[in-house]
Amino acid sequence: MDTQNISLLEGREKQVYEKRQGGAEVDIACDTTSLSGSVSQRACVFCGSRVVLYPVADAIHIVHGPIGCAAYTWDIRGAVSSGPELHRLSFSTDLQEMDVIYGGEKKLYRSLIELIDQYQPNAAFIYSTCIIGLIGDDIDAVCKKVAKEKGIPVMPVHSEGFKGTKKDGYKAACSALMTLIGTGSTEGISKYSINILGEFNLAGEAWIIREYYERMGIEVVATMTGDGRIDAIRRSHGASLNVVQCSGSMTSLAKDMEEKYGIPFIRVSYFGFEDMSKSLYDVAQLFPDRPEIMEKAKEIVRDEIRQYYPEMQKFKAALTGKKAAIYVGGAFKTFSLIKALRTIGMSVVLAGSQTGNKDDYSRLKEMCDEGTVIVDDSNPVELSKFILEKEADLLIGGVKERPIAFKLGVGFCDHNHERKIPLAGFVGMYNFAKEVYESVMSPVWQFAPRKGGLK
Amino acid sequence: MTTMKTTAKTATQNACKLCNPLGACLAFRGIENSVPFLHGSQGCATYIRRYLISHYKEPIDIASSNFNEETAVFGGSHNLKLGLKNVTQQYKPAVIGIATTCLSETIGDDVPMILKEYRAIMGDAPLPIMIFASTPSYQGSHMEGFHAAVRATVKTLAEKGPKSDVVNLFPGMISPSDIRYMKEIMGDFGIPFVLLPDYSQTLDGGPWAEYHTIPPGGTTTSAISSTGSATASIEFGSTLEAAKSAAGYLEEKFGVPRHSMALPIGIKATDEFFATLERLSGTPMPEKHLDERRRLVDAYSDGHKYVFGRRVIVYGEEDLVISMAAFLHEIGVVPVLCASGGKSGQMKKRLLERIPGMDELGITTREGVDFVDIENEAETLKPDFLIGNSKGFTMSKKHELPLVRIGFPIHDRFGGQRLHHLGYRGTQELFDRIVNTVIEQRQNSSHIGYTYM
Repeated sequence: MDTQNISLLEGREKQVYEKRQGGAEVDIACDTTSLSGSVSQRACVFCGSRVVLYPVADAIHIVHGPIGCAAYTWDIRGAVSSGPELHRLSFSTDLQEMDVIYGGEKKLYRSLIELIDQYQPNAAFIYSTCIIGLIGDDIDAVCKKVAKEKGIPVMPVHSEGFKGTKKDGYKAACSALMTLIGTGSTEGISKYSINILGEFNLAGEAWIIREYYERMGIEVVATMTGDGRIDAIRRSHGASLNVVQCSGSMTSLAKDMEEKYGIPFIRVSYFGFEDMSKSLYDVAQLFPDRPEIMEKAKEIVRDEIRQYYPEMQKFKAALTGKKAAIYVGGAFKTFSLIKALRTIGMSVVLAGSQTGNKDDYSRLKEMCDEGTVIVDDSNPVELSKFILEKEADLLIGGVKERPIAFKLGVGFCDHNHERKIPLAGFVGMYNFAKEVYESVMSPVWQFAPRKGGLK
Repeated sequence: MTTMKTTAKTATQNACKLCNPLGACLAFRGIENSVPFLHGSQGCATYIRRYLISHYKEPIDIASSNFNEETAVFGGSHNLKLGLKNVTQQYKPAVIGIATTCLSETIGDDVPMILKEYRAIMGDAPLPIMIFASTPSYQGSHMEGFHAAVRATVKTLAEKGPKSDVVNLFPGMISPSDIRYMKEIMGDFGIPFVLLPDYSQTLDGGPWAEYHTIPPGGTTTSAISSTGSATASIEFGSTLEAAKSAAGYLEEKFGVPRHSMALPIGIKATDEFFATLERLSGTPMPEKHLDERRRLVDAYSDGHKYVFGRRVIVYGEEDLVISMAAFLHEIGVVPVLCASGGKSGQMKKRLLERIPGMDELGITTREGVDFVDIENEAETLKPDFLIGNSKGFTMSKKHELPLVRIGFPIHDRFGGQRLHHLGYRGTQELFDRIVNTVIEQRQNSSHIGYTYM
């Protein structure tokens, strides 16, 4: 396959690295804004805030700006709720030209009052979009006023799209959560308790994880933000430990909570048997005075793996030797995916993320095999180039990556917001393997031009 | 179920429209070897890509000038130039279609001036053709953006020349299947034509043997240049004004007569379209299409009893809603509410032209509504089913109303890009689907389990 004509853009070379024996030790450049004209797979600051806070189900989420930002994020995540579903509604101040000229504060105020009266939420999040940062609406003042009048928390989220990267949006969301935390009663919370951070309950994944911990005898105070509730978040400072997944989005919150409330945190991942087991053991280890917690953790791991192991061997037999490319939002997830793919016999030829940091990438370099390409904030042209050069059989990514794989006759696994099948937990690893198997082994690829089909 | 109604409603709740730049990106995708480029934040391009990909299931690269805080303060000139350079290097496009966003419009970037500077800086280097459309998201909806991009395209490329036999067809925002069918019709009449924008292949194409930075297909720039010397333009869209349209520009600038008509949905509207083609080509309707029309008339008789008197709510873009309502009226279905998030101010007027007795028949229209408004109306109107895009599913599920999916976006069913809506063929498809919706509803609601319906 001739991919020589696909070139890297000037200014992107340092964000692409190929692991080779004796190769120079290069630091991958990351944590920068995207290059103009490079079709980044990233979104913006607003996106970062929106994905983190979206699953809080008993709050209303109001996007202050023109209609697009709200329209494109309406019901966008597969984050499910066991109760109220206010998060699945899309509210926008839908600013028009006159609002841009004269300011949108009044419209925001009226919108808030009306929506709170209509939906009776337990809180409201107000997201500022690009032009709010330009026209200078004082949304903090509006939020304060409405909070006072309505008696519920009304939190500004400073997520103007252009003011940084998606990661800055995560921080803005965490700041908003931080204003809630500590405002509820911690009475009755067990010493053996945790908060689950960075788990968004896509396809009910938070319920699976929560159930494991509860079976171990651990109380889960709050999940942030999957199946999230305002009252649970308000009392989450009463937990003994923060267990952080999707470290990119929630580590800053965990650090803030450690500083303010002295709650330690650990980083975990719920993807793959190995990391899932470890996330149960790591928590159990921190409660040494109650050994039955560890006993129970071991029992869960044993029972669960026993249940899925035979079926997994079938997938492994078929998939051994196949090659995968990974391009996801956070780098931490790639670590787990590399391990998970190895358990089903697959190697990784391309690994990358939208928002990884230096530590993430150096760890990624250690984990990867020779010849693996590592990319930060990549674009469709680069991804296609490496998928072809490395002859990948599978791409793991999100909606925007999917058509690249399918056009080129490559299998695909959606590991992003829109998944409808849980991929976390032990059952999730089984689902993941099954999905990979069903895509990679599909007979339809025989018709793909690259696999011998008609051109 | 509790009804939640408020007298005042300031915020938009579950919008029944999208933003201006989305339409522009879609239109630019219909030009051969072109890359859409949004001058604004990274998020706009990414969100719009995601939204379009979920419907079309094709790679859709949209570049962005990727504003940061400095850009917002000092202007987007540097970023736009760098972005154009990078896109040119990586995609080697013939055309870059540049559309603005709320951000670049609010800071007041003068894009034509920046493009002029860019051309000067680049000197003799061969540059892609740069088309610019102003599409601030705080004005109008995605339809305004779509038409602005098409108009900007002919404005940039159309040239004066000796009158040719070419007929321009500006069909508006229709499905790739509809575009292919329109081309087939023009071909069957033997009319040399230019259809713009043509994303029938770029957004619904075959598999790739090798990687394409830009998918094959689209209207060629030379064809677009020739639109200035065409014999006539046909333009679909009941509410599309000449001052905002491509055909309007060509008429004003080059004297190419503009034939503006409703989207041809239903027999009457399609007859008008075919009559125009007969006049322009001097050729009678080809037998093949007469046959399709005959089959459609026959299907109307076979299915009429299932649909007569059924009440529906139809929603979506104004032009689509108007044409759908006229078609529904012609088969005996009552569109009790014709709703759109768009606000042309012309919907009622245009509908009255097609259905003069609409008020007496209980047909109502509402512009500038969102899905919560439509839902509130549904509670009093009690329709039998809904017709519109996927975003009505929330309402459809809550009120147990079947939803016939048409238009864009179709995010919760497979094959939205391949649905027909236009002409005798599209009407046939719509009629079959509507009749089957009624049949399925009856079959499911009966405990007997009829195998003949």
